[in-house]
Amino acid sequence: MLYVAVAVRAFRRYSTYTAATLAGVFTNSVFGVIISFVYIAVWKENPGAGGYDVTDALTFAWLAQAMIMTVAIFAGGSTDDVADRIRTGDVAVDLYRPVSFLGWWLATDLGRATYHLLSRGVAPTVVGALLFDLRYPDSVLTALAFLVSVTLAVVVSFGVRMLVAMSAFWLLDQTGVANLAMLFAVFFSGLAVPLVLFPGWTRDVAMLLPWSAFVQVPADIWLGQRTGMRVLGGLAFQAGWAAMLLLVAGGVLRLAKRKVVVQGG
Amino acid sequence: MAERLGWGLRAFVTLAGMWVRVSWTYRTSFVVMSLASLVLTGIDFVAILVVFANLDSLGGFTLGEVAFLYGTTALCLGVADLLIGNVERLGRRIRMGTLDAMMVRPVPLFVQMCADQFALRRIGRVTQGALVLGWSLTRVEVAWTPARVAVLLSLLVSGTVIFGGLFVLGAAFQFVSTDGSEAANAFTYGGNALTQYPLTIYPAEAVKALTFVVPVAFVNWYPALFILGRRDPFGLPAALQLSSPVAALVLCVLAAVAWRAGVRRYRSTGS
Repeated sequence: MLYVAVAVRAFRRYSTYTAATLAGVFTNSVFGVIISFVYIAVWKENPGAGGYDVTDALTFAWLAQAMIMTVAIFAGGSTDDVADRIRTGDVAVDLYRPVSFLGWWLATDLGRATYHLLSRGVAPTVVGALLFDLRYPDSVLTALAFLVSVTLAVVVSFGVRMLVAMSAFWLLDQTGVANLAMLFAVFFSGLAVPLVLFPGWTRDVAMLLPWSAFVQVPADIWLGQRTGMRVLGGLAFQAGWAAMLLLVAGGVLRLAKRKVVVQGG
Repeated sequence: MAERLGWGLRAFVTLAGMWVRVSWTYRTSFVVMSLASLVLTGIDFVAILVVFANLDSLGGFTLGEVAFLYGTTALCLGVADLLIGNVERLGRRIRMGTLDAMMVRPVPLFVQMCADQFALRRIGRVTQGALVLGWSLTRVEVAWTPARVAVLLSLLVSGTVIFGGLFVLGAAFQFVSTDGSEAANAFTYGGNALTQYPLTIYPAEAVKALTFVVPVAFVNWYPALFILGRRDPFGLPAALQLSSPVAALVLCVLAAVAWRAGVRRYRSTGS
């Protein structure tokens, strides 16, 4: 199938940069260790903080490191190519293709995410597992639900990043908007600090924002913080945001096609 | 020697000034990017505030004291990043083959690399660090003496030099592996992340490594113990608390040697 072929090629493209991957794994691992010691100190001071115990917190720290590249929390991924192609005018070629524009790029991004999950996701987690006592999914079903959740996390992240990239149709350069989006992603995904530590109502609000789908929801499924129907609830939450963002992206694309004259044409 | 240094500094100011004029052409973009950098680098501190909403002290240190550690390391990294951080673009220059052109110009290569794409918007991180440091000084109780003021000033200079040395060592490593720039981040930005917290949260062996192997503990930890009037929690000699300038100097010499070795072994790219 076409989209699978697109995804496979994106996977291969990213897998060629071995040195960069190794350097990245090293950096993720160093940060994982630093954050682990911070969390150990925090949970020593307040053993039940946010409803986690220290093992949950450590596992969360390493899962968050694994998600950085997989879910593209720091932006980047295939949508950076889209923004570039909008700026240079190459996007005209993409719009000509007899396939869905969003589908094409989503397939590319899922191919990229698969490579990043297997390299930048698995490797630091193994390092973390060797150095610290972590928690693992308690059943095959939980592990499967986690994988579904990560996939949905990539789609939600793709939706946000695609909207940011498409701002280039009007602004020509996505850098400013992309920086702003990264700010929200780092803080409200749980990467900066687990959302469960947010005080009072800010926690409830943060849990409802699309960024909680990036790290917090998959991590809670892995940790068994969500069980039974609440696992399905988490997946439905992610799927809801994914559908909504893709619909909006489709609408914005239609507007862009109507209003914008492609540069160089 | 002094003449060469003066010439290098003048060249740096000229080159950096050129890049500032470039960015000032797009004034709105420059202001927005500076503010974005200020807010983005401030996220770490908001994360610390969130953590402190769940507890009163971390590793035996209060919020004010942690903010002091955070502010000092952020300020040092910010200034080092602004003045020297762009040497990390070396790998890209090597890959594109544009380093060769820089080598034949009558300006020291090191100066050109530091000033390359000089980004004044990084003043955002510096400002953010200074704000947190200023706020922390209103929260911590310090019996200020001339010696403590002097150590604070020496902290800011030595800390900046230590981060600068790490940036240069990371860049020199790129002569060996052009794709390795992200590994250097583990030491510079990683060192910054480490020193945002009191080192009491790390195992004693790790603190020894951060003292004698990758000397980021000298950036703010040891001087801060002196300024805050605390006994070393790991029982290490008190002399370390005044040794930051020595550590900075040693790291500088190592970085200079590594850089020179890298330049000498450089054979350009291509077939």
